[in-house]
Amino acid sequence: MIEAQGLTKKFGDLTAVDGVSFKVEEGEVFGFLGPNGAGKTTTVRMLCCLISKTSGEARIADYDVGKDSDSLMIRKIIGLVPDNVGLYDDLTAYDNLEFYGKLYGCTEAQRKENIERFLKMLGLWDKKDVTAGTFSKGMKQKLAIARALIHDPRVLFMDEPTVNLDPESSKTVRDFILELKKEKKTVFLNTHNLDEAQKICDRIAILNTKLMAIGTAEELERSVRGRQTEVQLVQVNDAIMGALGRLSTGKVTRDGNSITVDVLDPEKENPEIVRAIVGAGGDVQSVSINTSTLEDAYLKLVKETK
Amino acid sequence: MNLAKSWIVAAKDLKSFLRKRTVLYTTVILPLMLSVLFPLVIEISSRKSGGIPAASLPALLNSFAFFFVIIPAIVPTPIASYSIVGEKIEKSLEPLLATPTTDGEILLGKYLAAFLPAIVATYAGATIYMTLIDSLTYGKLHYLYYPNSGFALTLLVLAPLSATLSVEASVIASSRVSDVRSASQLGGLMFLPFMGIYLASELGLITLDTNTLLIIGAILAVVALVLFRVSTAPFSREEILTKWK
Repeated sequence: MIEAQGLTKKFGDLTAVDGVSFKVEEGEVFGFLGPNGAGKTTTVRMLCCLISKTSGEARIADYDVGKDSDSLMIRKIIGLVPDNVGLYDDLTAYDNLEFYGKLYGCTEAQRKENIERFLKMLGLWDKKDVTAGTFSKGMKQKLAIARALIHDPRVLFMDEPTVNLDPESSKTVRDFILELKKEKKTVFLNTHNLDEAQKICDRIAILNTKLMAIGTAEELERSVRGRQTEVQLVQVNDAIMGALGRLSTGKVTRDGNSITVDVLDPEKENPEIVRAIVGAGGDVQSVSINTSTLEDAYLKLVKETK
Repeated sequence: MNLAKSWIVAAKDLKSFLRKRTVLYTTVILPLMLSVLFPLVIEISSRKSGGIPAASLPALLNSFAFFFVIIPAIVPTPIASYSIVGEKIEKSLEPLLATPTTDGEILLGKYLAAFLPAIVATYAGATIYMTLIDSLTYGKLHYLYYPNSGFALTLLVLAPLSATLSVEASVIASSRVSDVRSASQLGGLMFLPFMGIYLASELGLITLDTNTLLIIGAILAVVALVLFRVSTAPFSREEILTKWK
């Protein structure tokens, strides 16, 4: 649904996005993680045909990003929730959506149906005649999401949709994104909330001007240091180290009476490790699996680019 | 260009504008005030000193009429400034630009939203002015002074051009500042050249007859075209999102 190849954006001498390549499948929730100034918003703006790309290629559905004749078509099939909600404070919730529905070319019946549907889904139907300026941050964010969906887009770009929201509103937004996934909508989620990315994204890309890594949360966690099995023994001796060395597992390190073994598949390899230790006369006190977190992966990758 | 989309943008801005009482009053008060003030001057002077001689009336009325070129240069600035700077302040331009609408359609919508109220208010004021002046001067002139070709030229050519110039100046100002008052003040400077023309006529340097009005109209049209180019240049998605503060 979304494909970028070597996507680059320069502002004068400053490279904001540097040769980014990725693919997002239809119906996927794709997380775009990165620190402030990493180029996340710039990437979204390029994909939404709001700013031009300096080089590289990008496609949304069957349309070329950057090709004038395709820009309007792309904007018809996407919805954008920008980092600043940008509602018209002096218009009611209903009028805000009605205005956008008209601009997207929805018929009166479609507008009526979608406005009611999304305001109800997001719990704002009772407030439809209230001016947006009186809304709380959470309500405004929900209204901005409804606005982005008013024309039933195939792709939804969301730029930090839960930033500054209280936990309850954040959860409503996350649950709503998962509802959209059930409807086979493709969601491109810019965030620096690791927990949020882990909870709702099928795959995650880590960006810091350049694309540092891409994969599922689990794959990214493993990419930092893989998985490790840590075995606590009463006493470690050379026979135990020799027995572990003969296994086809990864690197074995000793720290006092504790041994750490790099493993790929702990469920398969841990029994072999324990058997080898016991076979060499070792007394096992505990076995634990050390895995790195998405946060470890994120921090390591971001640090590498500094 | 899809004019329907421009109209959607304009209609939304007009709806917002009608809710802003200060902007609404500014738009309505000035034309209405002047439309009553000038006939009042005629009436008061006729009561005090036997009135203005019939031979002097046309020149005076032509001077008054020129204010209906000045009014549309003043009235659109608060609306035009609010229409664009307001979007900047509310940060509502990005979602608007993400819709399948061209930069030109959005800008035209903004132009219409500022232009139409100014022209409607000017025409409403002009109608009141013409009616009152005719009723007050008929006894002395023995004919209805309005409507006439000079005033038709003023209302149908000069007033729209004046409003257009004002909107264009406000758009240019709005792209460079980030508060409505500054944009409004900068855009409002557009009335100065018109005041200059008026003062020149009062000092006898020019006569505001039909020929002069035609020349002024031609100059305004050229300036409007130049300002249109200048005002549309900063109104592109990329400029707005990356350079506007």
